[in-house]
Amino acid sequence: MNILTVKNLTKNFGGLCANSNVNLEVRPQELVGLIGPNGAGKTTLFNMLTGVYEPSEGEILFAPNGKEIKLNGRKPYKVTKLGIARTFQNIRLFTSLSVIDNVKIAMNKDVKSGVISSILRLPSHYKEEARMEREAMELLAIFHLDEKADELAGNLPYGEQRRLEIARALATKPKLLFLDEPAAGMNPQETAELTALIKEIKQRFQVSIVLIEHDMSLVMKLCERIYVLDYGKVIASGLPEEIRTNKRVIEAYLGEEV
Amino acid sequence: MKNWFTKNNIRWAVFTVLVYALFQYLISVNIINSYYQVVLYNIGINIVLALGLNLIIGYSGQFSLGHAGFMAIGAYCAGLVMLKVDGTVGFLAGIGFGIVMTALIALIIAIPTLRLRGDYLAIATLGFSEVIRIAITNMDDITGGAAGLNNIPKITNFNWIFGVIVISLVLIVNFARSSHGRATASVREDEIAAESMGVNTTKYKTLAFVIGACLASVGGALYAGNFYTLTPGIFGFMKSVDILVIVVFGGMGSLSGSIVAAFLLGLINMFLNDYAELRMIIYSVLIIVIMVYRPNGLFGNKELNINAIFKRKGGKRS
Repeated sequence: MNILTVKNLTKNFGGLCANSNVNLEVRPQELVGLIGPNGAGKTTLFNMLTGVYEPSEGEILFAPNGKEIKLNGRKPYKVTKLGIARTFQNIRLFTSLSVIDNVKIAMNKDVKSGVISSILRLPSHYKEEARMEREAMELLAIFHLDEKADELAGNLPYGEQRRLEIARALATKPKLLFLDEPAAGMNPQETAELTALIKEIKQRFQVSIVLIEHDMSLVMKLCERIYVLDYGKVIASGLPEEIRTNKRVIEAYLGEEV
Repeated sequence: MKNWFTKNNIRWAVFTVLVYALFQYLISVNIINSYYQVVLYNIGINIVLALGLNLIIGYSGQFSLGHAGFMAIGAYCAGLVMLKVDGTVGFLAGIGFGIVMTALIALIIAIPTLRLRGDYLAIATLGFSEVIRIAITNMDDITGGAAGLNNIPKITNFNWIFGVIVISLVLIVNFARSSHGRATASVREDEIAAESMGVNTTKYKTLAFVIGACLASVGGALYAGNFYTLTPGIFGFMKSVDILVIVVFGGMGSLSGSIVAAFLLGLINMFLNDYAELRMIIYSVLIIVIMVYRPNGLFGNKELNINAIFKRKGGKRS
């Protein structure tokens, strides 16, 4: 069974159709690429899948534990609680908070101690704080950010901010992870490191990953299947080799031959 | 329990006791005479109000201009109870009654208004605060209308004010330095990202708003127990602005900043009393100058570091 099934998803902004009849499937533990020229509707699709936008038509079915749940109309934080996490195209860290606090905030949804317990500093508060501290440091260590745990997130160099965003998303313990242009603005060496990191994440955290990316070397190296979006529609899908030689995809990127 | 007695907490406790002793001494030898005491109590009440507003504006990032409204609810609830029940019991019951009423009303106000952002939220909260004031003015039978409540027993004293400030501070700091406080701060930082990380932003905005309003209510109760009379006119728009100025001046998100700012502005106001006509002009110019040179407020979003103070005093180092 698919972990994510998208059926005929459509989003209209007034008269503008950002996505129309998008069908998409993600299988458990799969790494799926989503590519397309700028303005093709990739990020809009992500926003619908994570609850930021409500779809105009169509269905989003998410099956974290073998049972399909309809995601339409759920708020983003409820979608996240079900097991979907994401990063953002233009990094959206909590810049004036520390690196470790960024990660701990993503753990807030599973916190067992209530507000009263925190205000009165009851034992359950200390227990939960100690657990979060430990788990957050473990997570940061995987991303080589543990030594910068107390720095402000906004003061990290660009590449580390990108890594922290992924770490923060993973702190929500997702079953399905959306990465929106994780390699944007990175140099070739950083991109190579990121490629290895994404592979490692998939193994270690047992997540399915959908990634939007313009860097073709990364997409072709990593993705098991690729969907190509153009003008809001899926124009092609398949294995990387198939996409590479697909005529419609080449046209979408390079224009038609005259 | 052992978690309570960290080195840092003990230092703060010692510092608090020292401050308390210092003020008590100054009062007992009459350096802080009865005139200065009035000023001091006013500053103390403003601190309680500013701490609550700082939680709303500085921590959760919601711009509220309705603080005087919640203060009015607290003051009137406490005043009414104190007129019926004498002494400390009446005062405590009044504070409690005020907190309950304020929490309920703040909750009702929060649900529609916290969907708004920035300027719109400010205007909506300002409107609600005026609604509260006008409602109090028109409930003649209960509140005495425009003439207000009279002969409220005076119970507020330095111990009450100091105690309330310390308790408020401890509760706010405990809240802020917990998972829930971090979630609240994430709403201020980036609401969309917070929501995408599983933070129920509506819940935390409402929580901060209600806790802040409750502190305003306690400040109002202290006010009621201090001045014998209450009239609706006290709780107008300018009262909200006064508190807002303290919060912005001290630094949004800095509790120690709010305290220092409340003191400075209170003292400036006191010294300017001699220049009756020029008072507001000098006050305004001073604030403009300070905000030009320190646009993030006196403390920015930083807090006073107790360990730094102890080191400077030559105390024990950690």
